[in-house]
Amino acid sequence: MCRLAAITSSEYLSPMEPILALETMKEGHDGSGLGVMMKDLGGEFEGLKDFPVLSGICSNAGMEVVDEYMEKKGFTVKHSWAPSIREVKGVTRRDHYFARAYEYPAAYSDKSAREKEDLLLKTRLELRSMGQADESIIVFSFYPDVLAIKEVGDPLQLSEFFGLEDSSLKAKVVMAQGRQNTNYAINLYACHPFFIQGFSTMTNGENTAFVPIREYLMSRGFQGYVGYNSDSEVFTHILHYLVRQLGYPLSYYKHVITPLKSSEIEKREDRDVLDLLKKSMRMLCIDGPNCIIGFTPGGTCFMVQDSKKLRPGMVGGVKGRYALMSEECGVDSAVPARDRSKDIFPMKYDMVVVSPGAEEVTVWNQLHD
Amino acid sequence: MEPASRLDHNHQLSLKEFPYIIRWRDDRCKRCGRCTAVCPVKAIEPSIKVLRTVTSEGPVPEPTSTRKITYVVEQVTDINRYCTGCGTCTLVCPNEAIEPELNPQNKFLHFKNKGGDAYKRGGRRNDPSISTLDRLKFTRISMLTDPALDAGRHEFRIRTLLGRNLPPEQLPLKEVGGKLVVDRDGIFVPPVREIYPIMIGSMSVGALSPPMWEGLAMGVTYLNEVEGMPVVMCSGEGGMPPRLLKSKFLKYFVLQIASGYFGWDEIIHALPDMVEDPCAIEIKYGQGAKPGDGGLLMAYKVLKLIAEIRGVPMMVDLASPPTHQTKYSIEEAVAKMIQSMSMAWGFRVPVYPKISGTKTAQAVLNNLARNPYAAALSIDGEDGGTGAAYNVSMDKMGHPIASNIRDCYLDLVKQGKQNELPLIAAGGVGKKGNLAANAAALIMLGASAVSIGKYIMQTAAQCFGDEYNRCNLCNTGRCPRGITTQDPKLYRRLDPDKVAERVVDVFKTADTELRKIFAPMGRSTELPIGMSDGLSIGDKEMSERLHIDYAC
Repeated sequence: MCRLAAITSSEYLSPMEPILALETMKEGHDGSGLGVMMKDLGGEFEGLKDFPVLSGICSNAGMEVVDEYMEKKGFTVKHSWAPSIREVKGVTRRDHYFARAYEYPAAYSDKSAREKEDLLLKTRLELRSMGQADESIIVFSFYPDVLAIKEVGDPLQLSEFFGLEDSSLKAKVVMAQGRQNTNYAINLYACHPFFIQGFSTMTNGENTAFVPIREYLMSRGFQGYVGYNSDSEVFTHILHYLVRQLGYPLSYYKHVITPLKSSEIEKREDRDVLDLLKKSMRMLCIDGPNCIIGFTPGGTCFMVQDSKKLRPGMVGGVKGRYALMSEECGVDSAVPARDRSKDIFPMKYDMVVVSPGAEEVTVWNQLHD
Repeated sequence: MEPASRLDHNHQLSLKEFPYIIRWRDDRCKRCGRCTAVCPVKAIEPSIKVLRTVTSEGPVPEPTSTRKITYVVEQVTDINRYCTGCGTCTLVCPNEAIEPELNPQNKFLHFKNKGGDAYKRGGRRNDPSISTLDRLKFTRISMLTDPALDAGRHEFRIRTLLGRNLPPEQLPLKEVGGKLVVDRDGIFVPPVREIYPIMIGSMSVGALSPPMWEGLAMGVTYLNEVEGMPVVMCSGEGGMPPRLLKSKFLKYFVLQIASGYFGWDEIIHALPDMVEDPCAIEIKYGQGAKPGDGGLLMAYKVLKLIAEIRGVPMMVDLASPPTHQTKYSIEEAVAKMIQSMSMAWGFRVPVYPKISGTKTAQAVLNNLARNPYAAALSIDGEDGGTGAAYNVSMDKMGHPIASNIRDCYLDLVKQGKQNELPLIAAGGVGKKGNLAANAAALIMLGASAVSIGKYIMQTAAQCFGDEYNRCNLCNTGRCPRGITTQDPKLYRRLDPDKVAERVVDVFKTADTELRKIFAPMGRSTELPIGMSDGLSIGDKEMSERLHIDYAC
């Protein structure tokens, strides 16, 4: 089962930290891939928070196509980052790994944030589509203050390959996933964390309800609900659908993906609401077993799982630094000095929410709150 | 010497033309006469035969003949009294001296048209081959990728929704202080029932005998009240017993209105006295067993009770026309009728149409998809049963349910309405006894629920009927099991308590088996509607047609 490591902090931290946490959980991933999603960027991106960052991988030809396309669409490069690659045995180097901050096209200077988000999504999808057949262009995210790195291989080896230890890349929220390849062939688009318009999640466990959920999302008429090289991508899209598209508060994510039983709903004051949600979004019930860790555009991090997740994930830390991990040893690696009695092992009704800046951690209970 | 007239058998049928040939054992028969008395079609009769024995004693042949009178049980060769193979004779024989044997070489259909009267019968399509449903396999098993569920220990929620589910975009919700609240503001929220995904399909009081209908109703009520399983049953056309209409148990029943509108006068009059709403209203436009054909309750079935419930005189043929004669278009038939029926219960009851499986199902579906009051669509495939129909309709008309339901589901997926408009699949569910497997397969192809009819008669009341045309006498009112008859001499054979017990057995077993299917596939919280990746079939063309995997 894949291993998940997220750290949210009031201080900028290196992506190495969650990767080292993944290393402590190594028995659970087979080194078939690493994905890192960083939010609230520091280092060389600290002064570029309003500029969308395009993260991806290209062949030489693909890079030219990207440059040409972005120029044609009116995007201008504000800042460009590329890792200092070190050859590592077992990792096949591709031509270009990059994260580039762009200035919006002039026509978009006065547009709303929502319109800008739609432009960024459309651009990412078009780039993806242009390079999909020959894998000349692979893009993971295009959004302000968010950066993604993914590659096939062992996480620790990849961190060396990307030179992350010496890199100036930093962020206040870093999610990393060590992949245990199961259902699908190794494909970078199947590598967590997944991202769409400010929302990102990573998951472990098999999503047995994948096909009906995928079909339901794809039939919502939203351009971004595509891809699905991994069954876990739907968790990110459900989050986006509920919070951004429908405007629901985050807690309803739990209510939709793991709805209460009818007998439990009956006892709640808001039973009318929950009953409507459960019936209307029956197709989005995940049916697990899954543990989901994610963040929202506002920087809130969360962990949630379903009742079939027999070994829960864990959240632990101190004010200003919390780790959300699939295993306890990962939390020990990330925040060794903490009050362990306050560690949280969320149960089937719980959703652990860490506020932006790791200020506060709360356990929201689906049954009572 | 036999007279010439006795040798001219040219205009008689030989037993070889008959579908079943009676095997009678002289050595075992004690001539009690039970078999000939019980035979519902008088295919056998006691007969007197003369046996001539020639004997010779001594070294020189000196033959002497003796004539002896003996009594035998004889099968007649009158096509209208053909042996149906029901086997009631075997059932009553104390000495196991008689049984019908299937004659696969029969030419029955060549001759069952005497007097220009086309063959009519009950039952379902006479096709014993393995149906598509029985060829579907569940091949996506979670094992090491994640621990499979334990069907015996995990909590399973095998429930479905009957009624139109508003899409999330149209829910009457608004956010207030970080919480969602209901803000109806004129938005119509359709009624939705949570039910068990296997329903008992429409079989009327009238078509069924009083103990059969009562047994089903008692079984359903027990399942709801005692077992906590929300199984519902459809009334069929012909109303319901008035006391039931006014009882708290009405909520377990789907009331059907069909083209004859039988029973609806009584239902409408009972409306002010109803203490519960019915589960739903089913508008019958078609039946899988006899698409495009109407119904007929023969006069001899219209006895006092039936006449009262249906609001008609006794002993008259009750014909339901093939179509709703008061409607002239799909707009009329579907939209107005759904609205009228919804209005009768103050829009608190889901109203849905039932059609026979057909290539045009998607046209109906798309009409319903745009109708905010349509609660579901029930599609009855060609393997559905009936109490009476022309053999040609049953055998040759109709559409298999598997691809019909799949096409409709995928059509809804294209429109994003796969949860909005539930599909109910019927027709051949449990044809070979695999109720849970057939139901699960249809659900994974896209059905929200399935409906059973013939299967429950076979399993709960030992209906003899099968796809070798055994028995299938439902239309004649002479059902030897007492299931489809209004003759007290016949229906007193059936104990309603035993039927109810069997109904409960069937649903509890199906529930266990559904868990046994869903658990290894990792599904327990929600019904795996449209989980087509869980299915495979060992036929390439079928897999392509159904958009599922091919496995061999």
